[in-house]
Formats: sequence, C-alpha cells, structure tokens
Amino acid sequence: MSATIPKQFFQELTRERGLLRFITAGSVDDGKSTLIGRLLFDSKGIFADQLDAISHARHRRTIGDAIDLSLLTDGLEAEREQGITIDVAYRYFATPRRKFIIADTPGHEQYTRNMVTGASTADAVVILIDVSKVKMSDDGSVELLVQTKRHSTIAHLLQIEHVVVAVNKMDLVHYDHAVYDRIVQAYREFAQRLGLKDIRTIPLSALAGDNVVTAGDRMPWYQGPTLIELLESLSVYDACHDEPLRFPVQLVARHNGHEANDFRGYMGRIEAGKVRRGDRLVVQPGGSAATVKDILILDQSLESAVVGQSVTLLLEEHLDISRGDMLASADRPATPLKTVTADVCWLSEDPLDPRRNYWLKHTTRQVTARVIKINTLLDINTQQKHPADTLRLNDIASITLNVQQPLAADAYDATRATGAFILIDEVTHQTVAAGMIRLDDSGVGNVSER
Amino acid sequence: MMHTTAEKQVLDAASNHHLDWLESEAIHIMREVAAECGKPALLFSGGKDSVVLLRIAEKAFRPGKFPFPLVHIDTGHNFAEVIEFRDRRIAELGEQLIVRSVEESIRRGTVRLRNPASDSRNAAQAVTLLETIAEFQFDACIGGARRDEEKARAKERIFSFRDEFGQWNPKAQRPELWDLYNTRIHPGENMRVFPISNWTELDVWQYIAREKLALPPIYFAHERQVIPRNGFLVPLTTLTPAKEGEVIETQVVRFRTVGDISCTCPVASDAATVEAIIAETAMTKITERGATRMDDRTSEASMEQRKKAGYF
Repeated sequence: MSATIPKQFFQELTRERGLLRFITAGSVDDGKSTLIGRLLFDSKGIFADQLDAISHARHRRTIGDAIDLSLLTDGLEAEREQGITIDVAYRYFATPRRKFIIADTPGHEQYTRNMVTGASTADAVVILIDVSKVKMSDDGSVELLVQTKRHSTIAHLLQIEHVVVAVNKMDLVHYDHAVYDRIVQAYREFAQRLGLKDIRTIPLSALAGDNVVTAGDRMPWYQGPTLIELLESLSVYDACHDEPLRFPVQLVARHNGHEANDFRGYMGRIEAGKVRRGDRLVVQPGGSAATVKDILILDQSLESAVVGQSVTLLLEEHLDISRGDMLASADRPATPLKTVTADVCWLSEDPLDPRRNYWLKHTTRQVTARVIKINTLLDINTQQKHPADTLRLNDIASITLNVQQPLAADAYDATRATGAFILIDEVTHQTVAAGMIRLDDSGVGNVSER
Repeated sequence: MMHTTAEKQVLDAASNHHLDWLESEAIHIMREVAAECGKPALLFSGGKDSVVLLRIAEKAFRPGKFPFPLVHIDTGHNFAEVIEFRDRRIAELGEQLIVRSVEESIRRGTVRLRNPASDSRNAAQAVTLLETIAEFQFDACIGGARRDEEKARAKERIFSFRDEFGQWNPKAQRPELWDLYNTRIHPGENMRVFPISNWTELDVWQYIAREKLALPPIYFAHERQVIPRNGFLVPLTTLTPAKEGEVIETQVVRFRTVGDISCTCPVASDAATVEAIIAETAMTKITERGATRMDDRTSEASMEQRKKAGYF
C-alpha cells in the first residue's frame, strides 16, 4: 500500500495547517448535500467503501449510473427514509493547505435551531442560492428567496466572520454571466441593509463540479477563486490578536500533587487575547488585582500564551478565585452585568415561560436568570420586528434578563466566547435557548425599518 | 496594543496549527467534565484513540492525579499485546484502572449470545458498560469516539446525553452551541463525552507522531497468519479458525483499529513506523472501519442501531 509516496506530497501533508470551520446553509433542493459530497469527493475526502455503500443504498434519488453524492452526507436512517437532513452533522476533509470541519445544517424553515447551532462554532458560512429559483422580472428587479434572507439573517446574528454566497445550479441557466451578476447585485444590496461585512460570491454547479474544487471551462467570464481556494484563503484568527485577555477559570488545581505545596493553578483556555508573565490582570466579577507569575502546560513553563491555548496560570497574589471567575486584562476588563440584553434563539418545544427561572451558562459560570422582558420578536423571513408575549421553538428575539450574580461579559460582536450564553431548563435540563449579549441598544437584527 | 513582527509570527504560528487547536479543545472538554460531572470515568481500551485521550488527560491535569478512574470493558476477546500494553501504560501513569468483563455478564446471564465462544462481543460490551456505570454510579464516561468514523457518529454531540436505559436518541439530542456544554442530568441518566470528536484518523496519527506516544505493536506492520475472506483478512486465532476449504496465508499486515478479536481485521501494509502510517492514512481509499470491522457491514445503519441500544 505505501510503497511509493512522492516526497513533496509527504512534506505538504505534514506541514502545519490551519483549521477552518464552516457551515453550509441551503434548502433541501438547493443542492447542498451534493455540494458537500462534491467537496469531499473532489478533495478525495470520500473513501471507496463509502462510495460502494451509497451505490447499494436503499433510497436512491438519482436514476442510472450517476453517483448520488447527497447520500454521503445524510447520516441517519430516518433521514434516508425521508430524504431530508434533520440534524447537524459534522464532516471532515483536508486539502494540502488546510483542515476543514463542515457543520452540515439543514435549511428547512422549522430547523432554524440547527443552523444556529452549526453557526455558533463557524468561521465561515456558505449560503447556497439555487439560481433557477430566483425570480427575475423583466423590469430588472430580482426577488431573492425567503430562505436566502433567513440564512443571511442568522449568519449576521451569530456574527459569522466570512459569508460566501454560492450561486448554484449555473448549469440550469446555461452559465449565463448576466443572470449571475443580477443575483449578486440583489444579494449585495440585501446584505448591506442587514449589516453583513465580508461577502464573497462564486458562480458554481455542484452537480457538474464547476468552480467547486476545479474551475472547469464553462464560465470563462469568472476569474475569481474556486470555492475550495476561497475557503483555503480565509483568515480566522487575525481579529483576535489585539483583543484584551479573557481567561475564564475552569478548575483550580491545588498542591501540585503534593499536599504540602502551597500551590494554586488556575486552569482554563484563553478565549481572547494573550497573556505574558508579569501581566497585570483583574479577577472578574470581584475586581481583585492579580499578576501573572507563570504559565504552565504540562511540565513546560511559558513566557506567553495566546488565544486558543489551554493552560494553567499561576498568580503572585493569594486570592480566592474559583470556577466561574474570569481573569481579564486590567486595562480592558469585561463589563459586569446584572441585567443582560441579548438576542436569543429559542431551541425548545416548550415555550418560554417568563414566570420561571432558568439556568444561564456563560463561559464557565452558571447563574440563575429570569426573563424580565421580551423586547421584540424578529420575523426572520421579512426581517420585521414585532412585539411578543412568549417565545416558541425557532423564534429569534431580543430579550432582557436579570441574573442572580453578575456576569463579566463582552458584546457578542466583539468577543464570541464572553458574549454567548445558553439557557437551561431547571426541570427538564434541556438546553432551551442560545443567547448573544448586546451591549448597545441595537437589539435584534439591526435591520428592518432602518 | 501593537505587536512586533516577531511577536506576530509567534501568534500566527500558535494559532495556525490544527493539532494545537484540536488538543486544546480536547483539554478544555476534559476539564469541563472534571469540573461539572460528579463521578466521571475515562474508557481506556489500549487502542490508539484512547491512548490519545490519556495524553490529553495528562496535559489537562498533570502534575495532579486524574480526577477520574480509567475503565476497560473487556470483551475477553483480546489481542494479548493490547492487554500487556494497557497494563504497562496504567503502571507508568500510576492511575487507577477498573476492569469489568463481558465474560462476567455472560456468567451472570445479562449477556446472552447464540454462540458465547465465538460470537462477536462488540455489541455485548454495551450491556457490561451499562452494568459498570450502575455499579460505580458513573455520571459521565469519556470515550475516544470520533465523528469521522461513521455516519451516525457524525451527528453525535460532544456531550452526548443517554437516558436511564443508556440509550442514545438521535432525534432528541441537546443542541450544542459554542463551547457551552450542558452537563445537567437527572439521577440514573448519564453522559458520554467525546473530547476527540473533531479528530480524523489522520489527526490521531499526526498527534501520536508529534507527542511520540507508544502504542500496542499490532498497529505496526508485522507478519501474521490470515485467512482471506469476503474481502477481509481475518486473523487466524483460536476464536477465528479457518473454515473448511479456506487458505491460510502469512502476510505483512497491521491493524487500523483494535477491538474484539472476532470482528477486527488487519490490512495488508508494510508501514512499520508512525511516519509510514501517516503517509498511508493520507492516501488510503478505504475508511478505518470499512477496512477492518465486519460488524459495521451487517446493515447500512448497524452502528446507529447499536448506539441506540447503549453502545458508546
């Protein structure tokens, strides 16, 4: 099996690579599963036995000899029976330049919850537009599909850094440049109203493979990168380097393995910024000052550590710090909040009951919370805001909560890890809501009337 | 805050290594288990994925002791090299190992097999695992499963909720957002936690190379007597003898997974070092389980069915 491996290939392979997490948003018929299958297939992320299995699968949607790439990504029996994807599934593939994790999220109207879930950990979103379904009038106006607006609204709410608009099924419109341009124009206008920033657009045909991994020769008018080239080039961590330190304490290690040792190590992961020996920090929400004595990973002592690293911090001072506290840059601490305004997505079949308490989990801290006001409910199809008395499954709304103990938080737009929370039902223990803290008064969506 | 060029390079390098990212995520997950679960355990089989878990646990908790015991659910159908490795590794770490065996469950009568001597005990492991969870009142079991292994696993959460029967219900999974894990359960329910969910087979091998982790020797190319059968190379053992008319061959093989002897097959390979295995893994055209696990082939959805029954 191994006999001859090109040296260059091996070097490429073992070279350090970054990681990009992205989600795909599209409806059942937009060709999303086909696109993912194509990405995996053309990047050789599909194995021969998987291909063999789908060619024997019971529920085939294609006729004849063409491989139904969508069957690769539909994991569960129920889905294979219904022919739809019902949950978030994660796929892995790598090119010589990068490792990718795809959260394959369904685009069905009733499954907003799944897209929110997938989007919460995504660096990029690929929004699929089925070019053959977009309404184009003779007067030049273009009506984007409701689902495209919905997916974009969620991408904006969850602050996904990069938005890639894949104008799919170009084969059905004879690879017409003008059609593509009109759709892109309409999308850019919509995105600007929404407040989306980094938008890239690509014309492609997932079925035929045009512009997915290889360019093909059917759209010579398009000079940009293929989808995979684009995904390889997106930057991920750039924005984080200049952020102030955010280090939520997960665990406190005592004694360093020996009872006699007067040792206290604070274990956690750096969620934003960086830390160096000697740095002046503040313990939040209490407010005590602290100085970094050492940074440990296993038996190594580090001069500094950066966002993403799991480390143990030692401090000069003897302080009463426990799980749920956060160490932050002294000059730019997080904001202590007793009243929290946030956009939430309701994830549970049981509607919000404002009379009840919920557990709120924020970083490593869990507190009791109560919803004191539903400010506005967002219609994600029209981007209009409405008043509401309760929240139901898949609803997105701006709410205000009171928390029993203060949170040390940042605006979600500034720092995801310290701006996000979940709500847990005290009785069923289900995760019932995902929340994104807003520190200004902008509330939900920032769109509608403005 | 301005950075010098050198500092920028350090920051870029540190944030640009996918193994570092995966490792840090796994450490974070293990520490969450330690902080939030009352009585966790780590499932250790001696296989490569659980070897990675032990390394992650060291990075998460050393110089302290692990905040959980290690548990091996022993099918009794083991490769001797793996058990020797398991015991050696535990001794080196100085941690507690709890072994519970499917054999015991068979004696108790809680596991019934049509042919106890030779049937695969992979599925039966679930019963013994649930009995062990009940015996020690574990509320969370850390395992080395990965989402790239299998279609049903691709949909599983990192903190995977199991009901009081130990069952996984794929349609009622808790949504898992950001790194905010909901660890709340009722008495009798439990969690399976998979810190290396996001790792691929290649990532595991690259990590083994980087961390210079020891493995049972059967992972590396060696000569072995095998019986070619239905596209598999069935290892010749007392549990898996040759059937009438079958040919026994000596081939150079290695194992990609290590499980129940009666359903785990090696692949033809001359990869005798971690580096050679990495190169092979990157180029292989067959999935890890597809090449080696006869139990997954029974039906297109056999992993999903086993998981629903409590398999981890």
